[in-house]
Amino acid sequence: MFRLALLVFAGLMALSPPVQAQEVRAVVLRVDYPALLPVSRLDLRPEDLGFAGGQLATEDNQTTGRFMGQTYVTDVVAATPETALAEFERLQGEGLRFFAVQARAGELLAMSEAAAPDTLIFNTLAPDTGLRSAKCRGNILHVAPSRQMQSDAVAQFLIWKKWPRWALIHGSHPEDIALAEAYRASAAKFGAKIVDEREFTDTGGARRTDTGHVQVQRQLPVFTQDLKEHDVIIAADETDVFATYLPFHTWRPSPIVGSAGLRPLAWHPALEAWGGTQFQHRFEELTGRYMRPEDYTAWLALRVLGEAVTRTQSADPAAIRAYALSENFELAAFKGQKLTFRAWNGQLRQPILLADGRITLSVSPQDGFLHQRSLLDALGLDQPESACTAFAQ
Amino acid sequence: MHHLALATAFAALMTSPALAGKVFVSNERGNTITVVDSETWEVITEFAAGNRPRGITASPDGKHLYVCASDDNVVRVFDTETYQELHTLPSGPDPELFVLHPSGNPLYIANEDDNLVTVTDVNTHTILAEVPVGVEPEGMGISPDGKYVVNTSETTNMAHFIDTTTFEIVQNTLVDQRPRFAQYTADGKYLFVSAEIGGTVSVINPEGGGIVHKITFEVPGIAPELLQPVGVRVTSDGKKIFVALGPSNRVALVNGETFEVEKYLLVGQRVWQLAFDAEEKYLYTTNGNSNDISIIDVAAEEVVKSVQVGQQPWGVVVVSD
Repeated sequence: MFRLALLVFAGLMALSPPVQAQEVRAVVLRVDYPALLPVSRLDLRPEDLGFAGGQLATEDNQTTGRFMGQTYVTDVVAATPETALAEFERLQGEGLRFFAVQARAGELLAMSEAAAPDTLIFNTLAPDTGLRSAKCRGNILHVAPSRQMQSDAVAQFLIWKKWPRWALIHGSHPEDIALAEAYRASAAKFGAKIVDEREFTDTGGARRTDTGHVQVQRQLPVFTQDLKEHDVIIAADETDVFATYLPFHTWRPSPIVGSAGLRPLAWHPALEAWGGTQFQHRFEELTGRYMRPEDYTAWLALRVLGEAVTRTQSADPAAIRAYALSENFELAAFKGQKLTFRAWNGQLRQPILLADGRITLSVSPQDGFLHQRSLLDALGLDQPESACTAFAQ
Repeated sequence: MHHLALATAFAALMTSPALAGKVFVSNERGNTITVVDSETWEVITEFAAGNRPRGITASPDGKHLYVCASDDNVVRVFDTETYQELHTLPSGPDPELFVLHPSGNPLYIANEDDNLVTVTDVNTHTILAEVPVGVEPEGMGISPDGKYVVNTSETTNMAHFIDTTTFEIVQNTLVDQRPRFAQYTADGKYLFVSAEIGGTVSVINPEGGGIVHKITFEVPGIAPELLQPVGVRVTSDGKKIFVALGPSNRVALVNGETFEVEKYLLVGQRVWQLAFDAEEKYLYTTNGNSNDISIIDVAAEEVVKSVQVGQQPWGVVVVSD
């Protein structure tokens, strides 16, 4: 049976001969930052995080490419923050021009500075709203959602629920402070009120030790004891210090949203709607594990590339960038509607999943939040709010 | 709303009944088939059909019912009188949708997880061929002369034309995002391919594979991203094209000559698949989120009734007695 399939495949190649084989080379470049173990061992980082999503996208692109006359080749490279720029320059020296980069803002911007005029970078990780505004770069397309998109997704859901009184607890690291700022902006945008706010300072500590839970169970109720009357607690803890401990450990019964409880995510392995089931199956068959948001965004980056190559029949980075930003571009990505780019800052518009760790509870944008251009533009920086000028026509 | 329901019920009573027969609906989440009397529109029974039944069709003589049991990786064959399972057919992994050759054999099956179209002989119960196609094959259409079977691949965004004698792909047409369904006109002149996320139906000239027109949809007050075309059926005179528009809860009626939308009919929630009865008097729609089917009077161009079926209805076929 397998041989028959191969024979038919050979026949197919003979019947629709590619005009000339065109090779599309890309790389998934991942920067691994020193980090403590995650609070939950269910969140341990797989070795192939992000790479696997890139591999699946390459297989998807290749299946299309064999009908269209393209061959897709994707390298995967892991770097440290110290070696990231050198690796980027080495790969560029080898002629690579398409980069799906999983890095924080600092390393990402350094690569953008060092990029050849025709290099195109896909940001698959950095959520900084500034990268979509004053710090935007014309050679970076953002397929990862921004912090503001994530906080707006949560805010829409809470307003829809009529839970407008928020207590905000944020961590003490710069990423946590930035995330708290995004939630403050979302509250102002959608008419919620932050009734109380406090910082959970990272003093280090036992974390996952045998007695860790004892400390947590005693300390967190006290920490949340005198929070003003609120509907929900928003946890802004991008650095994974305390949020995971919050549910059920608060002084009063309080739903937790944000970095724990109900979380805004680019992807969740329980999503079954919109053809998600078969997408999850394909990924799980390839890797033997569930798909993480970092895999999804790497998949997105390379599918944007593949889709643009298919439609333009070109592998020229300038043509790919122009097509991706044009009104003709659209991508089906298992989120129930087409994904397109914001032409003013290079951000991919996309629904945000709200998941509790078991199921997809809801998906934003929520019903009733209108926008004159696209309902998706109610999530994240809209054109008038973005100070980005690098994409001006 | 209630008044409207009564009014449509009266309209239903006044219209003359169709030929006696049965409407079979596959319930994706309920793992059952619901059987509805096509004359009285009463539910006759509901029977177990394996895991995740989706694609559903019947033999030309109406005796056998074929069901893609997606999670069982087989096609189950049932007797349309007794509802007993007669046997299974090898389908390849994760069969989603299929089309039967006009002669009644073979069956062309889309294997969603494996990027294959499997060709299965319904008499010998053997696989005749496996044809590699694009990523996530779903839609299956066959030319009226049976010479070409068309498969659409949801992530590759193509319609693949497969020669039914050589099992080779002879032509590909690139369409909009996430093509779900392929339907020829009875005269073989046009092929319609719906693109769920692209929001269009491509009108393709099968000769050469060129797109001659793209049908687009617009409903005031409905977000454009909810207008997601899936199932497509055309009357045999080619004059009326019906397109199921998913989460917009509407079926579009498109003029078969101008390709312009003439009307949007409000049906149940998340409408995906469509089937005519033998006389094309009524069109049945599966509404996955409201767990019902809507019945459209084809001549009057209106919805006359809805009938509750099982959990998450997916596909539908009508068999005449």
